[in-house]
Amino acid sequence: MAENVIGTDISPPDLRAKITGRARYAEDFRAEGMVFAKLLLSPMPHARVRSVDTSAAEAMEGVLGILRASELPLQEEGIGEAALTDEPKYEGEPILAVAAVDETTAAAAVEAIRVDLEALPFVLDPLESLREGGPDARLDGNVGGRPEPLTIKWPDSVFDEAGPDRLPMGEPAAEWAIGDVDAAFADADVTVEETIVHQSVTHHPMEPRSCMAYWQNGKLFLHGSTQSTERTRGAVARMAGVETDDVVFIGEYCGGGFGSKISGVPSMAIPAVMSRKIGRPVMLRITRYEENYIGRARAGFQGWAKIGFRADGRMAALDLYLVQDGGPYGRASDFSTAGTVATAIYQPENMRFRGVPVYTNTPPRSAQRAPGGAQIVAMLEPLVDKAARELGVDRLEIRKVNAPGHDGWLGENKAPFTSAYVREALDLGGELFDWEEKSQLSGQRNGTKVTGVGIGLSPFTAGSAGRDGLLVIRPDGKLHVHQGIGNLGTHSIADTARPAADVLDLSWDDVVIVWGDTSKHLPFSTVQAGSQTTHAHTRANHAAATAMVGLLQELAAGELGGSPSDYRVADGRVFRAGNRAAGLSFAQAAERAMALGGKFSGEVVPEDLNDATKAAVAGLAGEGLIAAARDNYPREGAVFTWVATFAQVELDVETGEVEIVDLASSTDCGTVMHPRSLAGQTNGGVFQGIGMAKSQRWVFDPKWGIPFTKRFYTARPPGILDVPRSPRFAAVNLPDPHTPVGAKGIGEPPVGAGEAAYVCAVADAMGGMCLCRTPLTSDMILAELEGRPRPYGLLDTHV
Amino acid sequence: MAVIRDMIPPFELFQPAGVDDAVRLMDEHGSEGWVLAGGLDTFDWFKDRIKRPAAVIDLGGVDEIRGIAQGGDGGLDIGAMTSLTDVAEHADVQARYPLLAEAAGLVATPQIRNQGTLGGNIVQDTRCWYYRSGWPCYRAGGNICYAATRRSMNREHCIVGADRCVAVNPSDTAPALVALDAEMVVASTSGERTYPAVDFFIGPDIDIERMTVLEPGDLLTRIVLPARWEGARWYFEKIRDRKSWDFSLVSVASVLQVQGGVIQDARIVVNSIAPYPVRMGAVEAAIRGREPSDETGQMAGEIAIEDTRALRHNDYKIALTRNLVKRSIRDAA
Repeated sequence: MAENVIGTDISPPDLRAKITGRARYAEDFRAEGMVFAKLLLSPMPHARVRSVDTSAAEAMEGVLGILRASELPLQEEGIGEAALTDEPKYEGEPILAVAAVDETTAAAAVEAIRVDLEALPFVLDPLESLREGGPDARLDGNVGGRPEPLTIKWPDSVFDEAGPDRLPMGEPAAEWAIGDVDAAFADADVTVEETIVHQSVTHHPMEPRSCMAYWQNGKLFLHGSTQSTERTRGAVARMAGVETDDVVFIGEYCGGGFGSKISGVPSMAIPAVMSRKIGRPVMLRITRYEENYIGRARAGFQGWAKIGFRADGRMAALDLYLVQDGGPYGRASDFSTAGTVATAIYQPENMRFRGVPVYTNTPPRSAQRAPGGAQIVAMLEPLVDKAARELGVDRLEIRKVNAPGHDGWLGENKAPFTSAYVREALDLGGELFDWEEKSQLSGQRNGTKVTGVGIGLSPFTAGSAGRDGLLVIRPDGKLHVHQGIGNLGTHSIADTARPAADVLDLSWDDVVIVWGDTSKHLPFSTVQAGSQTTHAHTRANHAAATAMVGLLQELAAGELGGSPSDYRVADGRVFRAGNRAAGLSFAQAAERAMALGGKFSGEVVPEDLNDATKAAVAGLAGEGLIAAARDNYPREGAVFTWVATFAQVELDVETGEVEIVDLASSTDCGTVMHPRSLAGQTNGGVFQGIGMAKSQRWVFDPKWGIPFTKRFYTARPPGILDVPRSPRFAAVNLPDPHTPVGAKGIGEPPVGAGEAAYVCAVADAMGGMCLCRTPLTSDMILAELEGRPRPYGLLDTHV
Repeated sequence: MAVIRDMIPPFELFQPAGVDDAVRLMDEHGSEGWVLAGGLDTFDWFKDRIKRPAAVIDLGGVDEIRGIAQGGDGGLDIGAMTSLTDVAEHADVQARYPLLAEAAGLVATPQIRNQGTLGGNIVQDTRCWYYRSGWPCYRAGGNICYAATRRSMNREHCIVGADRCVAVNPSDTAPALVALDAEMVVASTSGERTYPAVDFFIGPDIDIERMTVLEPGDLLTRIVLPARWEGARWYFEKIRDRKSWDFSLVSVASVLQVQGGVIQDARIVVNSIAPYPVRMGAVEAAIRGREPSDETGQMAGEIAIEDTRALRHNDYKIALTRNLVKRSIRDAA
């Protein structure tokens, strides 16, 4: 018997190439006759292009072409964004692109272009746009709507009533309620209320979104950086104005996306269309500076929460209002997700949610690792601590009192969960961290340093269903697992293949992962986002492997007699139960399948497969024993993962500096697929969350609407020295009963857990004083401790 | 003209093998020339296409100003091209001038310290992001300071020493060298001159477009540490937003000579609060003859902030200066 691979550590198949530098990312590819493109970025936060004079650029030797917004097949429409625009809505938005024989020439040509811009009103602060007569980020409205923006303005009285330090709350764009919050507040034993700001931050993946494209015989070949693979192809086709079949997308490695490269990125249109226009392969290398502009960002919130508790710590009422800073395009749904996620932390008996997503002239928003979730966890957890202090309830206990169990519910419609081992995760984390002991250290002073401890409990969605799996046993006897998902650095291309090995009882050494190139016949997959993949594709590959077992049994019975159920599959063979010699090796089975054809070799496929999978199977037909199956496993309820992080900090009261001295995290993410990778994902997410609170910033000059944090050294994501050397980690490791493999996703929830644990620990070190904002930098802390003027107003954004 | 960044424009490269050749080339090219040491400051400017010299004089091959040697009067003589790693890890620097070793070791990251030089760290330009973004401010030859308006983002800027420009000196080693009373040796075609470190750095009142006394044609070649402050009690602290690859919000460097429990002499320098490292003369005078206690530190801190004035977003620097000066006396080892 082969050893089960689920739950063991493996080296993913891409690891060696990454570590040795042999892995080729989009920017590393070259094609015969390839030239380079550079972008001309808007110097104003909102403007209209009146005219462009490209004559000097076009006269330069080596300049091959200029691409304008009007030439793109996918144009701006409604709230949708295009790769280039004649009405830039943020400083740094690309207006046009120049192609030249080399980058030096392309850059010089961009500098030689004269753009006549008409400056338009702009806005960075959502509240400013909600004022009567305040500027709008877009000409067609100021608030996100579908398909068209809305215009919402609040009377001055709303602002006057609130004053400078409290969130003004006028007419919302969205609202819902459960029960009766007002009645619940009237009966509450303790009520806490705060205005809270969560900053917007750029994604800043290590690999910028460089892209190279060329055309051959009417087909577009595009090398790009993306989180997904199969699902990026269609997006690229729409950008290029061609059929999906006419696109070959290659992206084997992705240097991080965090939600900013889910299924292709708008800038991919530029090399694709430019290449067709000038008849040469085109490379668009995106620099760190450009990535800062077009690389997406998390939506920030200016929020307010009022929470009522009963004496035992149970949350009786939660009243939440979120004003979202949403950039100029789309309708980032962070604010609405935040309301839903709040229910998954606390199960409030009564709740009211209100929100308004406001457009601003800052770079576009997209999902960023737990979009909405991370923000709301970090905003609400310190308030729960505040209430716990007032109630005299232990802070771990108050989280357990409110955490959902398996009978818990999600969101305004009170949907069920598939599983929720939240209290188990809190207990496990509490033991790992030694909460009982550590919580006694709270407020202890050693010289100028005060200890604080905090907990962050963070839920997030963790899986979808209904995707396809595609497996081929080739005549070499190996199992080829075709993966349409992307390789964004999470190991999921390998980890989601593990159920296939286990169902077939096959050594992991005999498994070949096929990924990263749509010409390799990849099945219909989930977009690699929302922490869906582990759940979705362990299911899909389980389904395909189960189908493969059936085909092997049927094939063996046909060849060797008896009925299919007489046969077993293990160790690369299908054989009669009790007699291993009476059977076929996988290599022999593949040969026989090719000879038999029909359903054995992909000529006949299940009807319920997605068309993309059918096309992939058709491409592979006749190459071995082929099993493709749709994930039809039943599932009832929302799949959620919870992460609890515990942090111990030391705050230096003379400098405002905070050192994290200990971190421990625990999770309920169902069955553990890959312990080492899981710890990496969790700790990485925790660090990312801490960075949002501790050091990362996205500063704009408010007068000119221009950002300054355009480099790593000014944007300040955290470094390895900013976190403890040995963060600890444990998983509950109990299977989710609604999936055959038991696994749920992990990518997103750690972010909010880390961020909340940090802000709670800092508040604890400050004697329970919640500054209720991110970033929470040393200057703000010191000003508060010293009673000096605050560096920024409580509602200020982009600081 | 449209702006483009992250693309170094072409230039002519010169690689002299000695100081004489280097200063001759610098003289030849005047304000069209640019001296390249480790490149950490230089390439940011070049990539942004804001500084576009016609000629770059690369000191990478000028070995005579790389390395650490015994100084003439018993101190240490450090070549300007010595890497920050070599300064931080050199046994003599660590044993005799631990203040400088500590300051050099807190610069940026190990990679940057390997590449960056002591000379480059000393003469680097300010990091004011308005100026570094190519805005036409006073320091860039214009007639406005964008960082000093009511709505400017100036958390990192001056609380003292402003004169039209409110940018600060970002160097970690500069305050240490001023505290140690180092001498800066400058070569040019007209010969060699030396400056006490405290006079080497200049404010906008003297020249708003320069951070140091160096004019086109001048090359910082050596830094001489005097024996006077060898083995003194010392303190260095750099407050920053994260622990690597970050400039100081405020830093402090001090050396104290203590005898019989009483401060005989001291030099205390605070950086990143002014366009130059600020030597705290009044503090030094006030603490002489006192114990290096919390009480003395407290008094010193209050004196240190007497002439400070906050901009819109940097009042915290006043508290930080007061507290760091206090610590630099109380906690000096």
